Amino acid sequence: MSYFRAENLSLHFGGLKAVDAVSFAVEKGEILSIIGPNGAGKSSIFNLISRIYRPTSGRIFFEDQDITEQPPYDIAKLGIARTFQNIELFENATVLSNLLVGRHRHSTTQLWQELLFLPSVRANEKVHRRRVEQVIEFLDLEPYRDKLISGLPYGVRKVIELARALCSEPKLILLDEPSSGLNVEETDDMSFWIRDMKSELGVTVLMVEHDMSLVNRVSDRVIALNYGRVLATGSPAEVQQHPDVVAAYLGA
Amino acid sequence: MRFLFKTDYEDDIKLFPHSGYVVSYGILIALLLVAPYLLSSYLMSQLVFVCIYATVGVALLILTGFTGQASLGHAAFLAIGAYTAAYLQKYNVPFPVYFLAAGVLTGIIGAMVGFPALRLTGIYLVIATISFALIVEEILARWESVTHGNEGMRVKTLSLLGVTVPRDSPTFYYLCLAVLVLTIVGTLNLLRSPTGRAFVAIRDSETAARSMGINVALYKVKSFAISAAITGFAGVLFAHKLSFISPEMFTLQLSIEFIIVILIGGTFSLHGAVLGAIFIVMIDPFLTYLKDDMPGIIAGIAATFGASSATAGNIQSKVAAFASLNGLKGAIYGIIIVLFVLFEPLGLYGRWLKIKLFFQLFPLYKRATFKRQKIYVKSERNR
Repeated sequence: MSYFRAENLSLHFGGLKAVDAVSFAVEKGEILSIIGPNGAGKSSIFNLISRIYRPTSGRIFFEDQDITEQPPYDIAKLGIARTFQNIELFENATVLSNLLVGRHRHSTTQLWQELLFLPSVRANEKVHRRRVEQVIEFLDLEPYRDKLISGLPYGVRKVIELARALCSEPKLILLDEPSSGLNVEETDDMSFWIRDMKSELGVTVLMVEHDMSLVNRVSDRVIALNYGRVLATGSPAEVQQHPDVVAAYLGA
Repeated sequence: MRFLFKTDYEDDIKLFPHSGYVVSYGILIALLLVAPYLLSSYLMSQLVFVCIYATVGVALLILTGFTGQASLGHAAFLAIGAYTAAYLQKYNVPFPVYFLAAGVLTGIIGAMVGFPALRLTGIYLVIATISFALIVEEILARWESVTHGNEGMRVKTLSLLGVTVPRDSPTFYYLCLAVLVLTIVGTLNLLRSPTGRAFVAIRDSETAARSMGINVALYKVKSFAISAAITGFAGVLFAHKLSFISPEMFTLQLSIEFIIVILIGGTFSLHGAVLGAIFIVMIDPFLTYLKDDMPGIIAGIAATFGASSATAGNIQSKVAAFASLNGLKGAIYGIIIVLFVLFEPLGLYGRWLKIKLFFQLFPLYKRATFKRQKIYVKSERNR
C-alpha cells in the first residue's frame, strides 16, 4: 500500500473539469513534483487534499486511512502541512507567533488552564518555543524572529511559510510553488532545504512547481498534468521527453 | 534606549519584558489603590465607570481586535448580565453566585450568537449583531414578568459576604478595579497561549488557520463566548453602579460607545481598551459642559465684536437650541470615529507609542516609521 494515494479524484465546477479522474500515489520519504501548464489543475489537487474544496468524486488515502471526508482542520492533525502559492501568513503578527501557530496541532492545554497560565501551559509553551527555534535554525530565520510579517520582503515570507508548515512536524508536506517569486539564489536555497527536509527531517514532499531546474534537482518522480488529466508519470527526464508533455507545453 | 538580550525561552513568554515595566505598572497600581483618598467623589464615580467600560473594551478587543469578528451587540450582553443580577437578587441569591451566573449565562448566549455568525463576515456580521441587540432590547421591554418592562428594575445595594458595599464606596471601586485587572491578566494569558494565537490566526487568514489544524468554527464560538462572558460580568457591576436598570439604557448607542472605546484606544493592544474607556467616560461631562456654557461664551464673543444685546441674546438662544438638539451626541460620536479612522487608525495607544519612540530615538526619529504602507502582495482568499 502506498503512503499517500489519490484515487480517481475529480473536481468539477459546473461543466469545467478542473481535476478529472486523477490517480497517483506518493511513497514514504520521496519527493514527488506535479508539473503542468497554467490551469492544469495542480493547485486544485492541493486544495482538494487540504479540503478547501470538496472533491466531486474520488477518494484520498493517507497512511491507509480514508481522509476524503475529514474536516479541513483534521488534515493538519494527521500530519499533512501545506504552503500556499500566494502567501497566506498572519500579516499583523510576529514571525515567532506565526511559527507558533504552526505548533497548534500539538497543543494539549485547555482554555481554563490557559486563562490562568498554569505551569503546565508554561511548560508546553517552552516545548513549542524550542521546536520553533529548531526550525528557525534549520531555515536561517534568526534575524526575523520578532519582526512583523507585514514589514518583511516577499522572499523571506516564502521561507517563513515553509517554516510554519515545518513547525507542525508534518509527515507529508505540500509545497505549492515554493520558488515562485524567488530569485536564483533564493531558489537554490529552497532546493537545498527541500532535499534536507527529506534527508534530515524525514518528511515526504509533494510539490507543485513551474521551475524545471528546481524540479530536476530535487524530485524523485514527476507527474505531468494538463486539463485536469495525468499526461505522464516517471523520473524528471522521462516525463520531460514524453511526447504528450512536449505537446502540452509547446503545442502539437 | 534599552536593548533586550534574550537568553531564555522564558523571555518570550513573561508578561513584563523588563524591570521598567514592573516599576511603571507598580506605580500605576499604587496610585489606583490610593485614588479613593485623593480624588473627589465625582471623579471616583467616573473612575468606576472607566473600570467597567475598560472591562467591556477588553472583552470587545478579544472578539473584534484579536479574532476579527466585529460586534455591535455588546450592549445586549451587558444588559443580559445586568438583568440576570437584578433578577437573581430578588430571590436573595448571594453576590458571588449571581455574579458568576451572569457571566456564565451571558457566555452561553454569546456562544449561541456565535453559531450563526460562523457564516457571516464583515458588514453582514455587524448587521447580525445589531439585530441580536435589537431583539434583546425588545425582549427586555416586553417580558414584563421577569424584566418589569419599560418600568425598569431597581438593583439593591451590593452585599458582599455580609458586608454592604454602597455603589459610591471605595470597596465597590476596588471590586471593579479587581475585575478589570483580572480580566486583563486573563486575556494576556490567553494571548500568549495556543488559543490566543488561534484567534489572531483566524483574524489574519482563515484559510491558513484551517490548514494549520485550527478548528475555525470552534474558536470563533469560543471567542464570542469569552467576550460575552466578560461583558456579562461587567454588566453586573454596571447594574450595581447605576442601581436602576431599564431597557433604554442598553441601546445601539451604548454598543457604539463600546466600539468607540476600542477604535479610539487602539485595536491592537489591551492598553487601547483602557485609554478608550477613559476617553469615552470623560467626554460625556465635557460635552455637557460645552452644552451648558457654549451658548453664553459664543454670545459673549459676539458682544465683544459689537453685536447689540438683542442680537447676542438671539445668538445665545439659537446656539442653545442647537446644542440641545436630539441626536447631537450620536453625531459627535460619529465624527470622532471618522476622524480617528482617517487620521489615527492606531488609536490613542498608537499615538503614545509614537511619542515614546520620539523621545527614545531623539533626535533621530523619522516620521516614516509608522507610515502606513500599501502592500502590493495581496493573496487570493479561498473563503
